[in-house]
Parts: sequence; structure tokens; C-alpha cells
Amino acid sequence: MIELRGVSKVYGRGEQAVTALRNVSLRVEYGEIFGVLGQSGAGKSTLIRCVNLLERPTGGEVRVDGKDMLSLSPAALREARQGIGMIFQHFNLFNSRTVAGNVAWPLEVAGWPRERIQERVEELLALVGLADKARAYPAQLSGGQKQRVGIARALAPRPRILLSDEATSALDPETTRSVLGLLRDINQKLGLTILLITHQMEVVKSICDSVAVLEQGRVVEQGKAVDLIARPGTRLHELCYPTPAPVAGIAVPGGRRVELSLVGENSTQPILTTLARRFGVDAWLLEGSMERVGETRVGRLLFELTGPPEAVDGALGFLREQGLTPEVPRV
Amino acid sequence: MSSELLRSLWVATVETLYMTSVAAVLVLLAGLPLGVLLVVTDKGGLWERPALNRVLGTLVNVGRSVPFIILMVAIVPLTRLLVGTTIGTTAAIVPLVVAAIPFMGRVVEQGLREVDPGLVEAAVAMGATRRRVILGVLIPEALPSLVRGTALMVISLLGYSAMAGAVGGGGLGDLAVKYGYMRFRTDVMLGCLVVLLVLVQLVQWLGDGLASRFERTSS
Repeated sequence: MIELRGVSKVYGRGEQAVTALRNVSLRVEYGEIFGVLGQSGAGKSTLIRCVNLLERPTGGEVRVDGKDMLSLSPAALREARQGIGMIFQHFNLFNSRTVAGNVAWPLEVAGWPRERIQERVEELLALVGLADKARAYPAQLSGGQKQRVGIARALAPRPRILLSDEATSALDPETTRSVLGLLRDINQKLGLTILLITHQMEVVKSICDSVAVLEQGRVVEQGKAVDLIARPGTRLHELCYPTPAPVAGIAVPGGRRVELSLVGENSTQPILTTLARRFGVDAWLLEGSMERVGETRVGRLLFELTGPPEAVDGALGFLREQGLTPEVPRV
Repeated sequence: MSSELLRSLWVATVETLYMTSVAAVLVLLAGLPLGVLLVVTDKGGLWERPALNRVLGTLVNVGRSVPFIILMVAIVPLTRLLVGTTIGTTAAIVPLVVAAIPFMGRVVEQGLREVDPGLVEAAVAMGATRRRVILGVLIPEALPSLVRGTALMVISLLGYSAMAGAVGGGGLGDLAVKYGYMRFRTDVMLGCLVVLLVLVQLVQWLGDGLASRFERTSS
């Protein structure tokens, strides 16, 4: 659906050249929500702008829906852009136009007849829950309402792809949740493919199917969100479950430290009590958390095992049989 | 003040209004595209043309640095070419327009630069043509400041037009100098000033009123 191959972007020339993207490759499948996570300055916003060519990559290939974007004529590029909606951190609504006028704008650009525009605008405002605000101006709306208008405007010409540029970064937590809910909703109802960039782990956890982690212009990690979060050693895992400082200093005499990542089925088994019952070992819980990533339960348990050495070995072997890779050195 | 003087005050007012309004329309017609060009041809603009941008910028600066009274004399050949004569009210319009276009260009440029670049980006991302981005987003979004800038330009023209007396252009400034100053007629001087003051107030009030009608940034 969206495919970047070896994309790089360099601003400026010679000694002042700044490299924003280095050889970035990623693939967004039909109908998925793909998140690009990174800190500010990592190149996220350049990356997302390389998809609809608001920024032209200095190297590599960009394919959207099979089309080679870089080879399109200006007219063909404009047409392709009409099929790619975009929402922004600061909403970028037209202040001189009403809510309805904002939503109508891309349809006017696409040359829709007036009656159909009006119909479509009403439909969209109902979809985002702002039917009563059609005649208000953006300045009269709250942040969450503005972003809903932004979403309605982006969806107006029935795009198959939505690009989201830090769409929830300027919103409070509660509004963020409701806007993310709306995005998940339209992703499912309309089969819309969403590529979003964010610096909020929360966004990845709550709606992303796939993730790429961007650091200094490079993709350092890419895959299914659940897999990456559940796999110890990945950056996403570390971001979700940083080892808290107090735990780092704790050591039970003679204990062996175990870290378990629990995903899906694993997460619903009584692991600790099973170990105690079958092997006669004791588990000293240091830290634990369970949460949902999309529809899947994911968690991490950090504990130390004590008991007769063979019993502990047996317990560790059992965990390995279960497909868990348990033992970690003490920090 | 005698009825004869009242008459000449009236005639001068009409001449001033004529010069200023014709000039204002022409300045607007040329200044708006000039300002748009100054913005869109700039680095990172919608239609990047750095060389053209530098040329335009330099021309504007040259135009703005020549004192009006010098400009008026310097472009006498152009005036003759355009209106067939170099004296009279109509002839005065030419230097007024030439002097005010660069000024208006900068005023328009400034107004357009205040528009959040994010809005232009959003419009481009929606697949709009350059023309539509300019006419459909950039200008409507800058409308309040464009209106205020236009009022500023008209008021400047009222001031400049006073100097048009030097080419026999007539108008309130001319009357004030010839009667009020040279012949020590304080009543004429005051009359001219009062009419000018009223005109300036009127334009400012109209500009502010219109601008705030287009202002949508407060609820």
C-alpha cells in the first residue's frame, strides 16, 4: 500500500548539509494502522511528508497504492494527493472558512458538484460528531473538535490512506483517547490505511498494528506492535517496561533473576503458582505490569527465584519449554 | 470663509478624491500580484524562483527609496507617454501610482507572510493547484491584514497627493500651499486640514470595520 525503499533526505548542500532520513525502508499494508515512533528531531515529520511528496526525497523510492510517486507529473501528483488525506498536530484549519467550508474545501479542489459536496459534508460532520457545528468558525472550537474537523476534511474525498502528523500531540489525555478511538473506528469502518507519526508510546499501544522506531533518521526497529513490545531487548519493550531504578539495586540472596514477557495466551496462565507447586521454588516479585496493546494482552514480570539449585533449574527449564526465555543477569 | 473659497475647497476635495481613488484602484491591481509574487517566489515558497525574487525585491527597494518629489519629476516622460500631458490632476495620478506600488507590494507581502504556513501545506497536501492555494487559501486567510494594508495605502496616497500640486495637479494639498501658506490664509489652511483629517479618519474607520468583519480568529 505504502512502500518506502531506501528513502533518504538531505537538506542543504556541502558542509551545511543536514541528513534527515538515512536509507529508510518500510511497508504499510492495506487496512493497517502503522505508527512511526521517534523523538523530536528523529526525522518523523520529514518521513511522513515524503509519502505525499510535501518533501521530495533526495534518494530512494516511494510507492503508494502501486504508483511510483516520484515519477508522477505535477497534475498526476495532485490527483494522487487527493487520494491521501492528511491531519496535523496544529490542525491547520482554514480560519476564514466555517467548519462546513473547511470540510468542503478538498471536494471543491476535486471538482465535485455543489449538491454532492453539501451532502458529503453533512455525512462527514455526522461521522465525527460535529453536525451542530457546521456554521461555526474554527476559532470557536476546542482542540478536540478542531481535530475532528481536520479528520472530516481529510476524509472528504474518500481517500484510501490517511497520514497523521502528530495528530494528538497538542491534545489533553482524554481528548487524545477520543480522537484515537475515532481513528480506530474509521480504520475499521472504512478500511482506511493509516500511517501516523508520534512521539507518544501511548498512541502506539492503543491503536497501532505495526510500528517502526525512528532514531536519527534511521529505522532501528520495525514489526508488529505486539511482537516488538513483548520481546525483551527491543527498544519498544524497553520504552514500555523500563527497569525502574529501585529494582536494579535489589537482590534476593541466592536468587536468580527472571524476566518474563507475556503475550496473548501466555498472559492468562497462573505461571507463578505453577512454578511454586511443581518445583517447590519461591518467586520474589520485583515488578510486574499487564496491559492491552490493541486487542492483545501484553505484560512483563520481573522476579527472582530461590530454592534448591536443581529445583530452580527445573523451573527455568519449564519456562523455556513454554516458549519463554526467562533468565536475565542482575543489573 | 467666502462662498468662493468654499467652492474652491469643494473643487479641491473632488480633485483629491479623484486622484486618490483612481490611483488606489490601480495600486491595488498592481500591488496585490506584486506582493503575492514576492511571497511565492521566495525560498521555500509555492513557486520558488530565487532570481526573480531578488530582482523584484531590489526593484521594490529602489522604488521605495526615491523621494516622491524626485520620482514625480523623473518619470515625466512616462507620464507624457501614458496621459499625453505632464500637468493636471490626471497626470499626477501616474507618479502617485508608481510611488505607491512598491509600498503596497510590501504591505501585501507582509500580510501574506502572517498566514500560517501549515495552512498552505494542508492545501497543497489536498492536491490543490498553486493558483487555488493562492486565491483560495493565502489571500482569504490574509484578508483582514490586506484590508488594513489597503487603508494604510489610501491614507498614504492622500498625503502624497498633496505634493501633486507641484505639477499643477490640484487637490487639497495644492490649495493649502497656494492659499493657506503663500497667501497667509489661515482659514483656507484650516479648511483643507479639516477635510483631509475627515477623509483620513473615514478611510481608517472603513478599513478597520471591514477588516474586523473578516476577522475570524476570536470567537
